[in-house]
Amino acid sequence: MSASLDKVSQTLKGVIDAPIASYFESCVHCGLCAEACLFYTETGDPKYTPIHKLEPLRRVYEQEFTLLGRLKKLVGLSRPITDDELDQWQELVYDSCTLCGRCSLVCPVGNDIVYMVRKFREGMAVSGHVPDGIRSATKRTVEIGGPMGLKWPAVANVLRKAGEATGVTIPVDQEGADYLVLLSSMEIVNYPEYIEALARIFNKAGISFTVASDAFEATNAGIQIGSSDLAKVIVSRIVDAAERLKVKYVLSPECGHAYMAIRWEGPNLIGRPFGFEVVHVLELLDELRQKGVLKMKDTFKDPLILHDPCQIVRRGGVLQAPDALIRQVAENYIPIADQQKWNWCCGGGGGASAIHTEEAEALRARVFQIKKRQIEEAGVGTMVTFCANCRIVMEEGLDHYEMNTKLLGLTELLAEHLED
Amino acid sequence: MNELQFLTWVRGPGLDIAVGIFLLGTVWRLFEIYTLGRGKDLAAPRRAAGASGLHTVFRRSLPPPGMLKRSPVSYIGGYIFHIGLAVIVFLGAPHIMLIANLTGLSWPGLPAQIIGLATVMTMAAMLAMLVDRINKPAKRFLSTFEDWFTWAVTFLPVLTGWMAVQHLLLPYTTMLALHILSVEILLIVLPFTKLFHVFTLFGSRWYNGSANARKGVPV
Repeated sequence: MSASLDKVSQTLKGVIDAPIASYFESCVHCGLCAEACLFYTETGDPKYTPIHKLEPLRRVYEQEFTLLGRLKKLVGLSRPITDDELDQWQELVYDSCTLCGRCSLVCPVGNDIVYMVRKFREGMAVSGHVPDGIRSATKRTVEIGGPMGLKWPAVANVLRKAGEATGVTIPVDQEGADYLVLLSSMEIVNYPEYIEALARIFNKAGISFTVASDAFEATNAGIQIGSSDLAKVIVSRIVDAAERLKVKYVLSPECGHAYMAIRWEGPNLIGRPFGFEVVHVLELLDELRQKGVLKMKDTFKDPLILHDPCQIVRRGGVLQAPDALIRQVAENYIPIADQQKWNWCCGGGGGASAIHTEEAEALRARVFQIKKRQIEEAGVGTMVTFCANCRIVMEEGLDHYEMNTKLLGLTELLAEHLED
Repeated sequence: MNELQFLTWVRGPGLDIAVGIFLLGTVWRLFEIYTLGRGKDLAAPRRAAGASGLHTVFRRSLPPPGMLKRSPVSYIGGYIFHIGLAVIVFLGAPHIMLIANLTGLSWPGLPAQIIGLATVMTMAAMLAMLVDRINKPAKRFLSTFEDWFTWAVTFLPVLTGWMAVQHLLLPYTTMLALHILSVEILLIVLPFTKLFHVFTLFGSRWYNGSANARKGVPV
């Protein structure tokens, strides 16, 4: 066994815990997880069956942790994992798994399959079997500060412009503010309206907030690639800034994987609970709505449907706020069949949208058909979401199919119709 | 060995060996799996998990929205053969007598005709699921020797039991001995194959349910 394979094996052995053992033991190969996975439903290719994406991890489990597996290994009857095999699995673990977690919701024996995929990625990261796109995004986040290589001066510039547009100065590095606002590079570059929306809402609600010049980026490519060391470095920046500025809350942007990284993975990465609370922007907005602060001057009239980002809703637990907020602003909101925790992924979560090989892009376009069907079946011209990454991915999908569906961010939509 | 000696053996030493392996194997496997433990989740929970693990144990017995349509044989066939097996094993008069002999516990059974019907339905459901495993691309793709093998060792006790009662093919004594032997094979195989899901599914559903409940998501 080569040094690198030995390391993979050690890493995988290290991630296997009682839940993973229980999940592998429970699988009866019923294939129902495939029916919940858009990569299978849209391509019909059985290699995309979620549990199959874990085959190398299963073998390590069998060979290292089970009585019969260890006996088989002893007499040379078991097949160790190989580099070629991991190479082959890279596509299954990254390109065609967005960590959306729909499979974890349907498995009849109760397996949390996506939990296992996340763990398996740690072994893939150690052995370097990761797509270049996610690798370089992680590298940029660690070295420069964000996955898109955005530096503070550029961010400061966007914040200044947002301040000018709204008449609300955006405080930077202000100690004692209630909220430390995190952003995602995707928002800063593509949807600066989000920042303007937030500034207006905070101002209206009389809540103090600040942005940290050394911790503005909320996304964590380290988690997506599967490297807990790098993920820890990235998340520590936010924790350090929040503690230095003595804020009560850290506000996660709309971005789904960013929320997952800071809210649910963060404390486990640094090995201690946070001294502050992490709040998703929609949770805050819904709280303001309930307090009556979020009053609308008018409503949005066009019929629309909602796309629930996986990491915020199904995997993140922000279940009620999106529906309540969209009803606040939209007059013709049409709930779709597979909504809330049952929604279908945009096709580009979990780092997949950072993979720009021809095959990966073609696959993303193909699985977008499920979103296309949802839009067409509802017969609407507008879709609202609350994740910058979903939005970019779906815009690409809409372009690909030459659809003229309008995509809107929920926070912006609310800000646009906010009472003056 | 004549058929009577065969029957005596499967009822005596054969059963002891099979039950011994089954019990030791089950305890060993459960120990092997659940002593691995899991890390404490340090993220502040949205709400306490409470009985969510238990809730998921029950909830996962029902098909999630839209899934029945996508894989009807898995669900309908699955219900029929799991419930059918339970009815045959726990409500068939000869089985209750066996349990009474072993443990002293006894309860009323169902008439033989009803058990016969349950047996036929169970076999039909299992055959339909076998065909589905061959027909459905994802199932066929996932299938290994173990899937066909465990299907067979589950099917044989039902088939031989039914044939013994119906006096088909072989003399009753021989068929009964074969029936008991097939159950013994099932007992021996169970802890070391996917059939072990009869135990671990409770743990798996529990883990999934309680971990996601901390995030506020009923799964």
